[in-house]
Amino acid sequence: MRTPSKDEINTIEFELLLEAISRGYGYDFRNYSKAHILRRLTYFQNVNGLQSFTQVQDLVLHNKSKMKELLGELSIKVTEMFRDPAFYRMLRKKVIPLLKTYPFPKIWIAGCSTGEEVYSMAILLKEEGLLKRTQIFATDFNEKAIEKAKRGIYSIDKIKLYTVNYQKAGGKNSFSDYYTVIDNRVEINPELRQNVQFALHNLVSDSKFEMVHMISCRNVLIYFNKELQDRVISLFSDSLINGGYLVLGMKESLLFSSKSGWYKTIDAERKIFQKKLSGKH
Amino acid sequence: MARYKLVVIGASAGGLTAIEKLLTPLPAGFAIPIVIVQHISPDSENYMVTFLNERCNLRVKEADEKEVVLPGTVYIAPPNFHVFIEEDLSITLSVEERVNFSRPSIDVLFETAATSIREGVIGVVLTGGNQDGAMGLKMIKDYGGLTVVQSPDEAQVSIMPTIAISTTHPDYVLTLSEISELLIRLSR
Repeated sequence: MRTPSKDEINTIEFELLLEAISRGYGYDFRNYSKAHILRRLTYFQNVNGLQSFTQVQDLVLHNKSKMKELLGELSIKVTEMFRDPAFYRMLRKKVIPLLKTYPFPKIWIAGCSTGEEVYSMAILLKEEGLLKRTQIFATDFNEKAIEKAKRGIYSIDKIKLYTVNYQKAGGKNSFSDYYTVIDNRVEINPELRQNVQFALHNLVSDSKFEMVHMISCRNVLIYFNKELQDRVISLFSDSLINGGYLVLGMKESLLFSSKSGWYKTIDAERKIFQKKLSGKH
Repeated sequence: MARYKLVVIGASAGGLTAIEKLLTPLPAGFAIPIVIVQHISPDSENYMVTFLNERCNLRVKEADEKEVVLPGTVYIAPPNFHVFIEEDLSITLSVEERVNFSRPSIDVLFETAATSIREGVIGVVLTGGNQDGAMGLKMIKDYGGLTVVQSPDEAQVSIMPTIAISTTHPDYVLTLSEISELLIRLSR
């Protein structure tokens, strides 16, 4: 009988764990960046004092709350309000004027995490007089993140950075107009989420939205392999109206998408794309 | 086939000069791809790429999302992103939490290089005033890769090399010109 090497055993245990999570809970991480998933799983293994991925599998298969904890570990929770201010400036200049031409624009913020980008978008829309007639769908696969997004309560430590970002992003008012300070936290004005629908949605396995005018999905695709990027961009392409906008993170692109021909580039550096008016040509 | 598939280099304070000195002797066709994390301000325009390109025989560029690293090329981590190395020698960029107060972090580059490329990695820690890189270098060693640290006597700031040496017990502690010579020898 042959003896499997340590590396082989690690690979087997890694693949079996991902299969168990997929079959047991319906979350499929097999087309994510392996380096990313491996790193997060190893972290989870260590904080739980476990010796192998087989032990991680045993734990999460029999313990749903541990699985939720692991899901939190595998999702990207790093986000900020008006991250990449130049992007928001460009959005205001190039995209908002066209969104204004639709009576009831629909915006999908995919992978919204704890909501900072949702509120940034809502502030921008409010300042452009568009918030009241816009419907925003904000989705993420991480339940805890969505709960936090719904509450709209953030640590006060970040406000200085967000204020600077807001100003650089071309904000028209004072950023403090949009929140109330409670002890060491800030509560974002609830009116900003009046037209926001927060929902659980997994880009890997869930279905498209209908007739959306803009999709923002920033710093999510970088964690997917090329095949999954292609699948998700196809999902976006089917959700957008002709002439709708797709905006991605600064390092993301349509390079690995079979649908890249459906789009024209509005701003290459800020990753703003528009689905062609003629649809799929 | 050369044993080594990837060189990863980490530097902080004093790094630009050290990296320049290390890279300049390497020939244009240097057979092993090089990926570098130099601690850098999040808003920086990555002037380093231009600076090094003008002075090296190798092609120097910013590391791009999903790009497969190639021989004869040096990849610099973009400001405000971590760089992960995948098993197929492609790059994943990440916006995750800072590690050792840094993004990009040397530990993150080194750890993912170690787990993905294993004994095919050469890890190099250069000058710096913090402890980033030490844990990552140890992982490279644990996975069978080769570990090199700049001699603290030569380093502009000796803290980072000193911590890396005590954490890892590296295979080599060398001056910059000796590191260049070693890399050239190992690439043949």
